[in-house]
Amino acid sequence: MANSVKAFRCEHTLRELREGLERVHPEAEAALAAHGFDDGAKFAIRLAIEEAVVNAFRHGNRSDPKKSVHFRAYIDDTRASFEVEDEGPGFDPATIPDPTEDENLEIPSGRGVMLIKAYMTEVEYVPPGNLLRMTYRKPA
Amino acid sequence: MASSHISVRKTDNLIRIDFIDRNILDELNIHQIGEEILKAVESEFRPKVVIVFKNVEHMSSAAFGTLMKVNERVKARDGQLRLCQITPRIHEAFVMTKLNRIFSISDTYETAVASFV
Repeated sequence: MANSVKAFRCEHTLRELREGLERVHPEAEAALAAHGFDDGAKFAIRLAIEEAVVNAFRHGNRSDPKKSVHFRAYIDDTRASFEVEDEGPGFDPATIPDPTEDENLEIPSGRGVMLIKAYMTEVEYVPPGNLLRMTYRKPA
Repeated sequence: MASSHISVRKTDNLIRIDFIDRNILDELNIHQIGEEILKAVESEFRPKVVIVFKNVEHMSSAAFGTLMKVNERVKARDGQLRLCQITPRIHEAFVMTKLNRIFSISDTYETAVASFV
């Protein structure tokens, strides 16, 4: 079936974490519903957005109130793609310890990146690591 | 002061914690929720704590971190923690992160209570 709903695009500069999440979650959820993403997809995408935006503010910008996070979204009937870019120096995702290894299991933090990779179809940290691109594709 | 996100019911050292909202375990509220749970737990010696996830539709890594802190605090008081009524999607996240090996998860409140030793 041809696309019946126009693709959704948005771009926001988020200046504060709470306000930022309260802005992007409802907007993304409405667009996902309009484009026929099921509840499982909406759960996965919400979680990935949450982790990405939190990481950008907390770790990327190191909670510096002078720095912003740039959020871009594209959603159509086949995929939901997001870019989350912070104003920090970036990081190498390969240096993050695997939280599912036995020796790391009881550490309370460090699961955000792992959850993003688990729930999204494609995940890319663009060097120097302050820009995250992630896409959820509907199963064929 | 912000309104409470949990309800706490105590019978002797058995503590039942229910979440009031659906999206409470996200980044926006998790800090306050963690403080509320720890406050409820810390007034008891050898607490038997059941956290009921019946109303919870979303989780985040911050919520996992908070649950792990609660688990540590309960153990430090010689207590036990059980989680129950977790939706399949959230349970999948526990399995994915292998945190189902850290937490004792039951299907129902009754089986959670019955599992205390």
